Amino acid sequence: MNVVETSGLGKRYGSAWALRECSLTIPAGHVVALVGPNGAGKTTLLNLVVGLAAPSAGIVTVLDGQLAGSPAALDGIAFVAQDMPLYKNLSAADMVHMTRNLNRRFDDSYAKARLAEVGIALERKAGKMSGGQQAQLALTLALARRPNLLVLDEPMAMLDPLARHDFMASVMAAVAEDGVSVILSSHVLTELERVADYLVLVSHGSIQAAGAVEDLLAGHRLLTGPASEIDTLAGRLNIVHAQRGEAQAHVLVRTDARTDSVPPGWEAHPVTLEELSLAYLREPGAAWLPGPARSRAAHSMEMAN
Amino acid sequence: MTIDQPSRLGSKPSQPGSPVAFRLDAASGLPTYMQLVQQVEHALRLGYLKPGDQLPKVRDVVGSLAVNPNTVLKAYHHLETKGLVEGLPGQGTFIRATLSRVPLAELTELRRSLLAWLVTADAAGLDQDGMVALVTSAMHEFREHRGAASGERKGVA
Repeated sequence: MNVVETSGLGKRYGSAWALRECSLTIPAGHVVALVGPNGAGKTTLLNLVVGLAAPSAGIVTVLDGQLAGSPAALDGIAFVAQDMPLYKNLSAADMVHMTRNLNRRFDDSYAKARLAEVGIALERKAGKMSGGQQAQLALTLALARRPNLLVLDEPMAMLDPLARHDFMASVMAAVAEDGVSVILSSHVLTELERVADYLVLVSHGSIQAAGAVEDLLAGHRLLTGPASEIDTLAGRLNIVHAQRGEAQAHVLVRTDARTDSVPPGWEAHPVTLEELSLAYLREPGAAWLPGPARSRAAHSMEMAN
Repeated sequence: MTIDQPSRLGSKPSQPGSPVAFRLDAASGLPTYMQLVQQVEHALRLGYLKPGDQLPKVRDVVGSLAVNPNTVLKAYHHLETKGLVEGLPGQGTFIRATLSRVPLAELTELRRSLLAWLVTADAAGLDQDGMVALVTSAMHEFREHRGAASGERKGVA
């Protein structure tokens, strides 16, 4: 099953495209990090996925082919927006009551048990809670809808380090218990590095890389060697990004690190997710998109660079 | 300086039901799953874990470390293929073998003699890097001698 599938998806605000030609397939059962600089199109993509915005071009389906925004799609997705939307004057109990009445699917006893577990009193008003508690309340309301897909837009931007850790631990516990698929967006990759097993990299309104973290890491290598031989190397391997000094160069290449041999004269290192993301973000022309046809197009485009 | 009564502190295990709890070291450079694997092996060597003991439940580990559940599963799977643990469906993951063939009392005694050696080395003016270098080189020499004499001993009992 795929939790998200888009084809030629685009969103235009006025004359500016916030997202363009986005074709993406995200399989179920992953914790997906949607990463990119501010203004790259992350929130636009998430709004399209949850049905808060309508595409200007292309289509987006969720949870095995349901049109985004359709009643069946809405039932299966829970979304927590960037600013943790809560009514400040309502108590936790009122928020639970309201959310139950606004949704077809809602697990009341789960919500109350979870609030007790994280130490939020039912009579406490949302506006009086700490940032961490507000985030936990919003997360509880989302999880009590028993979603198949949980979408969190910049969930930790406003939280202190301890609240961040507790929030992420709660999300991971939900993944372990209910097998919910999760998409989290952030412009800081490092805060998602330990939780994500799938990466979608967005920049300038298009998808630059997407895939299972394990595959991405195994599909790239960092080579260190003589700067004078970069051109020879480029003839044999796909270079994503090169950092060169007068004599020595560090080159991030696309190669099967499990089977391909290291070119003579070069020293190979495994890449980290952060190095990989930075390399792609620095080279807007490079793309790594697995899947049929699409990846070949990306490869040939990369060769042309 | 006053110190609060540690009445609550550490009284409730974050990963209950197991003799050990995991921690993560961001600076170690090791993948997260490998850190978990090494901590189990370390605990086995030091006798904190013995056959029959249960490893922390996946839910409890992710709930306290905030890592992806698949990372914990990968670590447990790795330990299982090494023959150190066994996963029982619906019950948990249990220690099946041990890395230490030396009883705890004997380990304590060995540790004491090592400490005595460290004191001697310190008195002789050796700094910490010097001690590590000396131990490493001695261990190397020892392994070469033993390797020539008997071949390698198996680590897993």
